[in-house]
Amino acid sequence: MANNTFDVIILGGGPAGYVCAIRAAQLGLNTAVVEREKLGGVCVNIGCIPSKALLHSAYVANLLKHDAKELGVTVGEVKLDYGTAMRRSRQVSEQNSKGVEFLMKKHKVTVVHGTGKLLPGKKVQVGNDTLTATKAIVLATGTRVKGLPQAGLELNKTSVISSDEALFLEQAPKSVAIVGAGAIGVEFADIFNAFGTEVTLIEVLPRILPVEDAESSATIARSFKKRGIEVLAGAKVKSAKVTPKKVTLEVEAGGKSRTVEVEQVLVATGRALNLEGFGLEQAGVKLTDKGLLQVDKNLQTTAPGVYAIGDIAGPPMLAHKGSREGIVVAERIAGQQPHPIRYDNVPSVTYCHPEVASIGLTEDQCKERKLDYVVGKFPLTASGRARATNETEGFVKILRDKQYGEILGAHIVASHASEMIHELAVARENEYTVEEVELAIHAHPTLSEAVAEAALDSLGRVLHA
Amino acid sequence: MATKVVMEALSPTMEEGRLVEWHKHEGDAVKAGDVLAEVETDKAVMELPARADGVLRKVLVAAGATVPTGGLVAVIGGADEDITALVKAAGSGKREAPAEPRAPAPPPKPATSAAPTPTLPASRFPLPVGAEGGGGGRVKASPLARRIARERGLNLAVLRGSGPGGRVIKRDLEGAAAVALAPATPAGGFEDVPLTQIRKTIARRLAESLGPVPHFFLTVEVDMERAWEAREALNALGEEPKISVNDIIVKATAQALRQHRECNAWWQGEFIRYFNDVHIGMAVAVEQGLITPVIRYADQKGLRQLAAEACDLSQRARDRKLAPEEYTGSTFSISNLGMLGIDEFTAVINPPEAGILAIGAVTRQPVVHDGAVTARRRMRMTMSCDHRVIDGATGARFLQTLVRMLENPLAMVC
Repeated sequence: MANNTFDVIILGGGPAGYVCAIRAAQLGLNTAVVEREKLGGVCVNIGCIPSKALLHSAYVANLLKHDAKELGVTVGEVKLDYGTAMRRSRQVSEQNSKGVEFLMKKHKVTVVHGTGKLLPGKKVQVGNDTLTATKAIVLATGTRVKGLPQAGLELNKTSVISSDEALFLEQAPKSVAIVGAGAIGVEFADIFNAFGTEVTLIEVLPRILPVEDAESSATIARSFKKRGIEVLAGAKVKSAKVTPKKVTLEVEAGGKSRTVEVEQVLVATGRALNLEGFGLEQAGVKLTDKGLLQVDKNLQTTAPGVYAIGDIAGPPMLAHKGSREGIVVAERIAGQQPHPIRYDNVPSVTYCHPEVASIGLTEDQCKERKLDYVVGKFPLTASGRARATNETEGFVKILRDKQYGEILGAHIVASHASEMIHELAVARENEYTVEEVELAIHAHPTLSEAVAEAALDSLGRVLHA
Repeated sequence: MATKVVMEALSPTMEEGRLVEWHKHEGDAVKAGDVLAEVETDKAVMELPARADGVLRKVLVAAGATVPTGGLVAVIGGADEDITALVKAAGSGKREAPAEPRAPAPPPKPATSAAPTPTLPASRFPLPVGAEGGGGGRVKASPLARRIARERGLNLAVLRGSGPGGRVIKRDLEGAAAVALAPATPAGGFEDVPLTQIRKTIARRLAESLGPVPHFFLTVEVDMERAWEAREALNALGEEPKISVNDIIVKATAQALRQHRECNAWWQGEFIRYFNDVHIGMAVAVEQGLITPVIRYADQKGLRQLAAEACDLSQRARDRKLAPEEYTGSTFSISNLGMLGIDEFTAVINPPEAGILAIGAVTRQPVVHDGAVTARRRMRMTMSCDHRVIDGATGARFLQTLVRMLENPLAMVC
């Protein structure tokens, strides 16, 4: 390598790392990104992006199977081919990863392929090269899949798989048990169900999508059951008998034990932090007692000049949260004083059908905190646009502080909830109250009108319901 | 990562500050919010807080020096960070932009368009100072912060916003400091009344004649026997704090102003702002001059509370510990030189207020009472009026009410 000295070296080229690199480069810092796999990280290659491609295939499948005729479109036999859908999703990922490569070039960020290992004194070893950072090192090493060994579910890449394998299947399994009903589990339940798989969705907590508002969870559970997905919430996998072609689970739910026999089990109960093998300890980067990375409020680790962003920096483990941390840390390194991140204002989205999106507190959290709140709610059955597109499942729900009108939380279940939530993210970031949201004229007919109506409803002035 | 420490505008009118004393020294670790130094402003000695975490790397201004607002006084940075560029910039005498520039206020518009109606609905913003009219320029604040401030009676103009570009956000209103700014504002507020042609003419001609604030003076003598007796009786109850004659005058003045809103007003150039609530500015002599802390909602407080607040405010005024919001926003002022043996004097109006009362000493004078000459406690007071707002008869009627209250203290509670 011609020059091994940089202002900033970033370990990991995922959505936190590569965005940090772009921002650092914009601020005139000579920046390098060390990536051992493909640029774009899990998000672009084996996460957000390819799963959205598959979810779109699932949407089209459901549209043709269930809705087309009613919409006046008669199609012949609907043939489902997960392999083709998968290969298209791979192309999408490839394009996106190439896009990140292009962005690195455009911003003159040096990309170093290999595993970076931290050395004391702001140095990074990659293979035989030693890179030196004059200003800072940023750790953005992300997470990886993990199994559920305590339930006998070690990942074996054949019958007990993770999202890593699910995204590369040539065909959808005949039957699958998905253990863990967070965003990843729920999205794969949606995909496999659309491709004709018999799906059992198992969640140990009392409801699926446990971090979402209880009404959102209930709406999706109802929708899934209607589509033939078996939803087992409050259910614990007691044991598993794993063979290469079959898995038999003993599941305990509601005090009763039952057997679930499936071709494959998809474990989606959480991801493991990538903190090993980077020489963190020798470089003075300490972990907490729980094995998490120790960072201060500026996202600096215990080693001065070594920062952490993205999943390893703490929850929520979301690409957009990591990207924001990347921007903020780059600006700090460049000597700026960026606006602090509001971790209570990170939108959360599950891209099943209908989509679930939320920001801020759930109604249960409002109750726990003994807040004086008012619920404003608008069902999509009352939305002209939702009726027109035959997608009336869902609602917009806004939790309004009774005294000052602050938007405490907002929850949307709708075919395009992921696009609708940002109005409320902007509102909350700028401390608009429900009045400002309602005063903005919403185009008709749109699903977003339901946001304005929910705001109005929280003021006791809903117009169309 | 290094952060410039500049002389901040610690009061609305501050243009420069004298660095009294450094509390932190070069090499000290500092956290955002730590007091770096004491700074003497045009009004008080205040604390200059750190705005970043780090080490106080370089102190550029020695104690005793005066620095214009926005001027670099120190640098906070990492322990081994190179700060030479920053320090050099300071050496070149380059003035930094103030942390929070305050544009000079444009003349506020009356809360109406060209509507000819003389009476307008009361404003939704019952703020005695600043934010929505009167004082400083536009205040950057989130809608939620505005709503909370409005309902809690807080003045956004005196708060330092922590949002983007110094925008005041909810968090800035949550601290105890914000709560202490002003008591909860009762319903009411003020009313902006556009000037009639006759008022405009009076204003213009009198200003030509007498200067920008055309004063005139009304003097009355008050029999203070009953007020004195009432005070003695109250103090004999043994409750704290003791009531002073001045407290009774503040109370009576506030009550009388409540009945004569025409004297509880601000001259605003293009309109007159009549206040529904009374905030009394109380002139206090301090070592370096004079300052006027404000007793807010004086018309709504009992004598004991007024006495306690007056005592606290004047003590802190003498110690130069008043916050800017504690000496701005009065609607009428009182200056009392009675304790210094002055029988009668005139006081200078504190603009934009329309009046100030100058209080002389209570002394025993021979007067004819019930047909006989007897010695009674008498006090002379002179009201200075801004003739653009108050006419002779208007001021006289207010004084009549005030005299009646002082001579029959029970009238204050009627």
